[in-house]
Amino acid sequence: MSRRVALLGMILGAALSTPALAQDKDWSTIRIATEGAYAPWNFTDASGELVGFELDLARELCERMEAECEIVAQAWDGIIPALQAGKYDAIMAGMSITDERREVITFSRDYAATPAKFVVLKDSDLAEYSTDLEYVNFAETGPEEEAVVEDLVEQFRGKTIGVQTATTHENFLREYLGEEADIRTYDTQENLDLDLQAGRVDAALASMSYWVPLLEGEQGSEFTMVGPGMTGGPFGAGVGVGIRLEDQALADEFSTAINAAIADGTVRELAEKWFGFDASAK
Amino acid sequence: MDLTLLAWGDTGWSDEMLRGALMTLAVALSAYAFSILVGSLFAACKLSSWAALRILADVYTTVVRGIPELLIIYLVFFGGGVLLRTVASGIFGFDGYVDPPLFVTGLVCIGVSAGAYNTEVIRGAVQAVPKGQIEAAKAIGMSTGQRFWRVLLPQTARYALPGLGNVWQLTLKETSLISVIGLVEIMRQAAVAAGSTKEPFTFYLVAAVLYLGLTSLSNQGFRRAEVWANRGVRYG
Amino acid sequence: MNWELMGEALPQLLGGVPDTLTLVATSLALGVVLAVGLAQMRLSKNRVLSPLAYGYVYIFRSTPLLVQIFLIYYGSGQFRPLLQDIGLWTLFREPYFCAILALMLNTGAYTSEIIRGGIQSVPFGEVEAGRAIGMSRFQLFRRVIFPQAIRQALPAYGNEVILMVKSSSLASTITILEVTGIAKKIIAATFQPVEVFIIAGSIYLLINFLVTRVIQFTERRLNPQYHRERSAKAVVKPDESADALVH
Repeated sequence: MSRRVALLGMILGAALSTPALAQDKDWSTIRIATEGAYAPWNFTDASGELVGFELDLARELCERMEAECEIVAQAWDGIIPALQAGKYDAIMAGMSITDERREVITFSRDYAATPAKFVVLKDSDLAEYSTDLEYVNFAETGPEEEAVVEDLVEQFRGKTIGVQTATTHENFLREYLGEEADIRTYDTQENLDLDLQAGRVDAALASMSYWVPLLEGEQGSEFTMVGPGMTGGPFGAGVGVGIRLEDQALADEFSTAINAAIADGTVRELAEKWFGFDASAK
Repeated sequence: MDLTLLAWGDTGWSDEMLRGALMTLAVALSAYAFSILVGSLFAACKLSSWAALRILADVYTTVVRGIPELLIIYLVFFGGGVLLRTVASGIFGFDGYVDPPLFVTGLVCIGVSAGAYNTEVIRGAVQAVPKGQIEAAKAIGMSTGQRFWRVLLPQTARYALPGLGNVWQLTLKETSLISVIGLVEIMRQAAVAAGSTKEPFTFYLVAAVLYLGLTSLSNQGFRRAEVWANRGVRYG
Repeated sequence: MNWELMGEALPQLLGGVPDTLTLVATSLALGVVLAVGLAQMRLSKNRVLSPLAYGYVYIFRSTPLLVQIFLIYYGSGQFRPLLQDIGLWTLFREPYFCAILALMLNTGAYTSEIIRGGIQSVPFGEVEAGRAIGMSRFQLFRRVIFPQAIRQALPAYGNEVILMVKSSSLASTITILEVTGIAKKIIAATFQPVEVFIIAGSIYLLINFLVTRVIQFTERRLNPQYHRERSAKAVVKPDESADALVH
């Protein structure tokens, strides 16, 4: 009798002392969405594989987080709603951290930051446009910056500017040039490039990280960058991993891994490999 | 036009385009099968004696046929996930994320849209079967099942086939819109290739040729089906 | 369900209605002109024109409209130097031109079949009779063929108009800000797709409802014989004296 009681007691004790199921999900498998049409961050090569800076970085980070990562391609148009709906767990698609986006999703710390620049065709009359300031940070504007911005608005008055939809670049254009210029939005950056090449738009606005490698290659041979490199303000605070609001734990895991990867120079290496310059965050 | 881009294997895009074509076919076939189910269901509603069912079916066909397919696809894509998660957590108490695969989402999107057209086709076909035949079948003592399989179904099929063929063509073409939710069928593959190689005309032309091929094959198939369904019918 | 957002989105979306209607009306008008020509080619005995028209209709009906739009818009970009040389680039450069061109070519194919069906539905005996009494080809067309063909074709054409209204939403894929384009713009800023698409869908439903009504009205006007039948069924009043006899 006492032995049975003891056995029962042991079993009950073991059962009751099992820790309650952790409220946090166990992130041993993470599904990451990328776009696949934004070289060199993420794009598709001729064999159908997803390649790019973020693909390499994702694999690095997942190794550090000791998680198995599945990377899927998702159209940019709807990449956030699909995250909210649960179709994947994270977004690594050159997505800038902005207050607007922060209302609906959370971000890891930033892993890259590149200024935005206008690009025009070499034979366009905008090709000669240049400014005194090489970079303008909209978070800290003084009289010099404001003069440059005014000049910029004048330059692009009445022009047609192309931009990818739902980007910080679109936000900037609508805020500063919404009345003055004809703004055309495209579902993919690559379609925008096609129209820039075709001369349907006078200028295109996108991140330097996208332009620099493109302009070095054959496909960007007729393009040239003009104007100041722009950061901050409507452009957000760097590129980070987008994650559902309720999964802050996952965001923190990513941040830890990113910190480690920055500290040992991995991110800088990858940035130089893909962008040709150090686009990593500090 | 750089034709080396259309090479097979790792250097060219032909194999990707063909894979896209297979995906198009797969989505179209499954969506079509689904739409026939949906269409039959709502056709039955339209022919029922309950006004509520008739009104429900009317709302369905009017709304779905009056809104652009692109909007229906977006609505099902974004709303379907929300609906599924609400159902899962409400009824099953499942708090995890419910994740219908992209293929299933595409299937449902197109199936819902084509189902509205099929409802009308099937309803018209059922109503075209001469009532006298049903009455005669009842009179000689056929059970409901026998009446359905031996009298109603074969003749409904015969009258519905031309309409069904039309809806199939519609379904095939509608799969091109599924590209907006990211499913890699012909259109999306062409867009990816066009963006990567900067030769949009080449790849959209290939896409058009692929759709033409699929349509031609389908037309032949439906013509054969019509011949089979009309066997034994005498034309007065 | 975010009602506030829906309220804010409505006026913005309504701003796109003129663009939608312009696209539809222009493509339909140009499409009819093209369709008449195509139908004539198809019905002719010419061994080059007839198969040509058949091929055109077959291709445009068998390929998705989206492919046709992209082929014209992005595809023309690939040939910019060539187009510039022949001076057509200023046209192809504009998204509106490309959209209307694509829609027009598409509706032209479908409408030509509708017209052909209408013309072929006129009983041949009437055509023969017209010829026998010496009507010129133009008189024959204006008095015998055209009125009856229109009556036959109208329901099918009504369908085509509705399809065009829906097809106009594809113009949003080449940067045109009609109703669907504006809907996508709002969603990009607010991340609330379901609410915005519901309002956009309702707008299209309303437009299509009005189109259906107009078509029905036109059908009634073109078919006065049905009205005359109804008024011919005069109500016959019972004879009161007969009643008195019964009681």
